[in-house]
Amino acid sequence: MAEPQPKKVSRLILWVPLALFALFFGVVMHGLFNPAERVVDSKMVGKPLPQFALPAALPGQQPLTNGDFAQGQPRLLNIFASWCIPCKAEAPILEQLARQGVPIDAIAIRDRPEDIAAFLQQYGNPYQRIGSDVDSAVQLAMGSSGVPETFVIDGQGVIRHQHIGDIRPEDIPNILQKLREAQ
Amino acid sequence: MIAEAGLAALWLAFALALLQLGLGVAGLTGGRDVLLGAVRPVAVVQGLLTAIAFVMLIWLFLRSDMSVELVALNSHSDKPWLYKFAGTWGNHEGSMLLWVAVLAFAGAAVALFERRLDERTLMATLAAQAFIGIGFYAFLLFSSNPFTRLDPAPAQGQGLNPLLQDPGLAFHPPTLYFGYVGLSIAFSFAVGALVTRDVGADFARAMRPWVLISWVFLTLGITAGSYWAYYELGWGGWWFWDPVENASLMPWLAATALLHSVTVLATRDGLRAWTVMLAVVAFSMSMVGTFLVRSGILTSVHAFAVDPTRGSFILALLVIYIGGAMALYGFRVGTVREGSTFEAVSREGALVANNLLLSAILGIVLIGTLYPLGVEAVTGDKLSVGPPYFNAAAGPLALILVAIMAVGPLLKWRRDTLKPLAKRLALPILITALALAAVLAMAPGIGIFPLLGLVLALGVGAASVAPLWKRNLRRTPLFTYGMVIAHLGIAVSLAGMACESAFTKETLVAARLGETEHVGPFAVRLDGVAPIAGPNWTALEATLTVTRGDGKPFILKPEARMFPSPPTETSEAAIKTVFDGQLYTVLGKADEQGRWQLRLWWKPWVTLIWLGGVLIALGGLLSLIGHMRRERKLLDRKLYG
Amino acid sequence: MKAKHQRLTLGVVALVAIIGAALLAMSALKDQAAYFYSPADVKRTRIEPGKAVRLGGMVADKSIVRQPDGVTIRFVVADGADTVPVVFKGIVPDLFKENSGVVAEGRFDAGGTFIADNILAKHDERYMPPQLEGDKHKTGKVE
Repeated sequence: MAEPQPKKVSRLILWVPLALFALFFGVVMHGLFNPAERVVDSKMVGKPLPQFALPAALPGQQPLTNGDFAQGQPRLLNIFASWCIPCKAEAPILEQLARQGVPIDAIAIRDRPEDIAAFLQQYGNPYQRIGSDVDSAVQLAMGSSGVPETFVIDGQGVIRHQHIGDIRPEDIPNILQKLREAQ
Repeated sequence: MIAEAGLAALWLAFALALLQLGLGVAGLTGGRDVLLGAVRPVAVVQGLLTAIAFVMLIWLFLRSDMSVELVALNSHSDKPWLYKFAGTWGNHEGSMLLWVAVLAFAGAAVALFERRLDERTLMATLAAQAFIGIGFYAFLLFSSNPFTRLDPAPAQGQGLNPLLQDPGLAFHPPTLYFGYVGLSIAFSFAVGALVTRDVGADFARAMRPWVLISWVFLTLGITAGSYWAYYELGWGGWWFWDPVENASLMPWLAATALLHSVTVLATRDGLRAWTVMLAVVAFSMSMVGTFLVRSGILTSVHAFAVDPTRGSFILALLVIYIGGAMALYGFRVGTVREGSTFEAVSREGALVANNLLLSAILGIVLIGTLYPLGVEAVTGDKLSVGPPYFNAAAGPLALILVAIMAVGPLLKWRRDTLKPLAKRLALPILITALALAAVLAMAPGIGIFPLLGLVLALGVGAASVAPLWKRNLRRTPLFTYGMVIAHLGIAVSLAGMACESAFTKETLVAARLGETEHVGPFAVRLDGVAPIAGPNWTALEATLTVTRGDGKPFILKPEARMFPSPPTETSEAAIKTVFDGQLYTVLGKADEQGRWQLRLWWKPWVTLIWLGGVLIALGGLLSLIGHMRRERKLLDRKLYG
Repeated sequence: MKAKHQRLTLGVVALVAIIGAALLAMSALKDQAAYFYSPADVKRTRIEPGKAVRLGGMVADKSIVRQPDGVTIRFVVADGADTVPVVFKGIVPDLFKENSGVVAEGRFDAGGTFIADNILAKHDERYMPPQLEGDKHKTGKVE
């Protein structure tokens, strides 16, 4: 009888599950530590602002066009909305930047004048001009995917840097650095 | 204070899990049976403590305590209470706490109610359950603490993903989790039995109810998930082979195989090693599914935030538990005494075929889900694997499986011959032939898969009630009814799938206001499109007046919603259910001429898909009650008779 | 003896079934897995008509042409100098716009036009290949 032969084979079979699991482990380890690049910054960085002319978000104030940025000084362009919760968290940081002399303009996304006024009343108004982008057209053209986002624009109206999400205190040095580089 | 109480309860439970493992190991190795007596109460208290921790978190969410980071990030005080409640598990930390709570709760249930299992095996089982718990407590406490405080507390929370604000989705995850984590009991049973080398009919009978409970929850969870994707995504499909869907399907396939092999083990004491393997695989698939979803290494419609630290933590747990159990299997199962044998044509033979086919389908789903990762690891290429692969590879196997399902229950245990079988199958075969002729006559251009599916569904539906033929219906045990209903559910579901794929009528048009479009038996008039606004979205809502023949007209209002931050759009399909199917309507874009795109589907009998799913779960429930009744009777007889 | 024998048989049958399933899976994957191409790749490599692939790039400026039926559109996907014509029948996402990224799922017809079954669009570049070399680009599935 060929007894030892089948026994050996059946022993090996018992280890097949573990071997399959080891294979799974190898594949998954690789996937875990080489994640696909999922966030790519806006392609607009390094390019001039798109052409736009937005009406003022508040009655009686100045409108916002791309020409307002090519004035020789770098500026921040903040994309926000009154209904956006992280924007509220960001408001004091922008106030602080404005107090340090950083000129900030803004685009309000899908918003109503009375809501914007209430928002600025409550959280402060660090902005020099605010354009109203009711259908997100300019936001999309900027390559921005959400609110809040902040762009550093140099004195020639070229986008130099994109900050995704709210600006936190620890981001301020980086933003100021980018502004200096944009001089 | 509530958060601190919850955290304290969690730490205590962690300590008790360590104690439970220590007591179990010391008791089993040292032969000190006194220690074993303490394991049960420890397991029960541990379960109670995690339940307290979970209730504390629910309470924090209901009170909108924004000083807790998790609440502030995921809730809002203006939210309806139902979504505050559901928000508890609508995030990573909360859902992992739910996972751990179910795990400990399941352990406590075993400690309280399990009477049939050999005492030493039970202790080994509870020790294994505690061992699993330890890893997940550590994960929770060290990398995903749900009770972290925020100082200073924000005035208001950040809300919940609007897509998740849906009553269906609120209770879908807990149902699935009960299924996933309930399978941990089967896993621990298998590990316990490997430790004590006690695999036999008693072990199988003890394990069966636990497997059944988890399986019922899984079935319900998958059915509900499928319906959610169907009405919420607005794509008209009911299954997308999305990684997250696959993550729930894989444990179900393994648990279904386990359910059948455990029957062989319980009734005929066969398939010992195989059953143990399946018990390990089933919960392993739950953990793999959790890992795939939580680590975010597979992108999908449902994927949560990518976090490599958490991913590595869960992966380490997978290696310890799955790798450990499989190594134990390799070492130990060779020493498990082999059970009784059987012929190829027999109930056992059919169940083995069922198991192999289910395992093959499981393998196909697993390979398809991981293939993009594997290819990327080897060649660096990126690709996607979608429904064409899964349908082509798993479809034929599933149809064969369903055919065997029709035959299996009509076979005798141990040994059977083909001749009497043919007699028992005569009527179903006749029905199948008639169905084939009828379908070919009525729908000549039907594709091969839907044709086979529909014909098989009718034949199998007839065959699945055949086990009740000529039996005294009042004396037929409940679990036989359970099996019949579950198998019937498979046939019903298959019929729905086949009808959906064969007979769906689709109309895609650009309609002017006032124009009438036709789809299937319906006339749909576009009466108007108006903008509406919700709390954090804007939408366009169409008003459609629908008539079917001379019937009374009804109104459907599909919406196209836009969420601005981040820009996301969702189609809120409007669906009308009638007895023989569903009318599914989606609103698209306007063009320059003022026409609106409308996508209309008439899906005859599509509802059978989910009705079948509910029947399968109901069958499982009846079977569970039937087995528990019989076990209690047997136990009483053993104790008193 | 008999039991041991049966176990061995079952083990071998199980192994054969698993290997069979793996082979079936692999052959189906070979036919059905959808690779990702950019217009430049399309120009460089010949892609069999009828094979499921994904095409990614930018929707070329002023290339979207609506057909008279109101539900079919034609447009051109470009990356740099290379372009591919695409036909799609269905409801496009809001974020599908000229000069934005797009991923189309579908197949080529014999004439080299891409017949899209499905359009995945976001207005930003987040699912676009970060580098434009190699036959098959790195991309995540975005829905």
